Amino acid sequence: MDRRKIEENLFKALMIASTLVILLSLVLILATVIIKGLPAMDLAMVTQSPKGGFYLGKEGGILNAIVGSLYLATGATLLAILISLPVVLYLNVYAKKGSRIASFTRFSFDVLWGVPSIVYGAFGFTIMLFFGLRASLLGGIIAVSLLILPIMSRAMDEVIRMIPKELLDASYSLGATKLETALKVVVRQAMPGILTAVLIAFGRGIGDAASVIFTAGFSDYIPYSLFRPAATLPLAIFFQLGTPFPEVQERAYASAFILTVIILIISIVSRVLVGRVTKHVIK
Amino acid sequence: MNKRLLKDRFAGRFMLLLTILSGLIVFVIAIGLYLRSRPILGIKPLSELLFSSSWHPLKKEFGFFPFIMGSVWVTGVAVVIAVPLCLLTAIYLSEYAPRFVREWTKPLIDLLAGIPSVVYGVWGVLVIVPLIRNYIAPAFGSFSSGYSVLAGGIVLAIMVFPIIIHVSLEVFRTVPYEIREASLSLGATRWQTIKHVVVRKAMPGIIAAVVLGLSRAFGETMAVLMVAGNVAKAPTSVLDPAYPLPALIANNYGEMLSVPLYDSALLLACFILLLVVLFFNIIARLVLIRVERAIQ
Repeated sequence: MDRRKIEENLFKALMIASTLVILLSLVLILATVIIKGLPAMDLAMVTQSPKGGFYLGKEGGILNAIVGSLYLATGATLLAILISLPVVLYLNVYAKKGSRIASFTRFSFDVLWGVPSIVYGAFGFTIMLFFGLRASLLGGIIAVSLLILPIMSRAMDEVIRMIPKELLDASYSLGATKLETALKVVVRQAMPGILTAVLIAFGRGIGDAASVIFTAGFSDYIPYSLFRPAATLPLAIFFQLGTPFPEVQERAYASAFILTVIILIISIVSRVLVGRVTKHVIK
Repeated sequence: MNKRLLKDRFAGRFMLLLTILSGLIVFVIAIGLYLRSRPILGIKPLSELLFSSSWHPLKKEFGFFPFIMGSVWVTGVAVVIAVPLCLLTAIYLSEYAPRFVREWTKPLIDLLAGIPSVVYGVWGVLVIVPLIRNYIAPAFGSFSSGYSVLAGGIVLAIMVFPIIIHVSLEVFRTVPYEIREASLSLGATRWQTIKHVVVRKAMPGIIAAVVLGLSRAFGETMAVLMVAGNVAKAPTSVLDPAYPLPALIANNYGEMLSVPLYDSALLLACFILLLVVLFFNIIARLVLIRVERAIQ
């Protein structure tokens, strides 16, 4: 065999090995979370809030954090939709091709996407101080919505960009205004992609810790108002793991398991949805 | 004017306003952080803040050097681990892999991107930290608690896999198929084609992909906070603990309000972090835009 052939095979083997290493790291992470988390799971974890002495190993669960995280991620996702959907529709329906504003906004979202979540957290906290707001569900929602805004907008923009221009022209030629075209043609046509974008953003929002660490605070109670501090799953995991008690650390593993399951469900649902919500989509 | 047209015009204006406002968020964040970090900038020279190793908030000494070095070490290790693995994987997926492998691998890599950083942190504490403490450090004849630059680097490397692979795959896709065929038809092997043609042509894009991964690693907070050890001293080896900038901010932001200048110092740390990340991101994005334009 000549040298070129050897080199070819050597590198091919290296490539397959790297791919396997990367896939294996995913398997290893999921396996660790399941193996450590599942035995520590019990019903109380998902049905009770922390009782007295919970962080010393006494009874209770993390219902406060599960509900807090769901509230927070839902609020942030709704807020982000309210901003990103109009923006993305503007970029694709109203803005002229090659418009400066459009390319600037896209670029700015690309850059925002790279801003670390701790920066959103710290910035959110400064804004809250400015308005005299304490660490609360609302504060967390604002910080997380800033964090997921670029993620959601970019994902929506990518699908809406793919819609053939002829479809828009057909709508205009029937006398529809740009707004009507945007809402009744573009949104429907892109619905599967929009839903995926929303779910990706929701998943990112529910899993992020650094942006909520100062803005949402932490509480052993389920928040009943926007101005109450809210516990979140990632922080619950972080705090429980930080205690010196093995019983509480076990609960951190169980909490990590719960969070991972939520993320997996979101990821599976978004895959299934893409295939399903095609009622109004013209192929 | 007709009601429909009025609605359309109003909606258009409103959307334009939202678009402009959201395009300006980056600037608002940067200006906000700058204003809040001005008090400390007014008292201490920037060079002292950046290059002094003395971190004693109570004595009003804020030297960021150990934290900056912590970030640099951890990010460096992550990049060294991630780049070869990601590039080889991206080349395999784009040039060699059969279709079904590609279709099965991509969602799994997306899944890796979706795992929350705190879960990476838990995994690091459970697997990587003991591995370093019990096997890797003794193998080099030294002692380490396991909470180290290496632990942070490994966890970060896995976290940036999806970004680097995803962007490189896009970049490889922009390399026209014809030039691969031209190379193959001259008798080059596939690997030679990749080495001399595809990679060379894709080089700016590959660098952009790596820079994007690097800046993500630089700003990542939670996982690093959990595994890097958080000792405020510049590391001198990969087995030393590190205290990267984001971990510093996350760990101390709660108590800062009681100490004068402390919050300004931490927001300066945030501002520095933002500037570094913006710098990397803007460069990488500009390169990627050019790469994309070249094929249109």
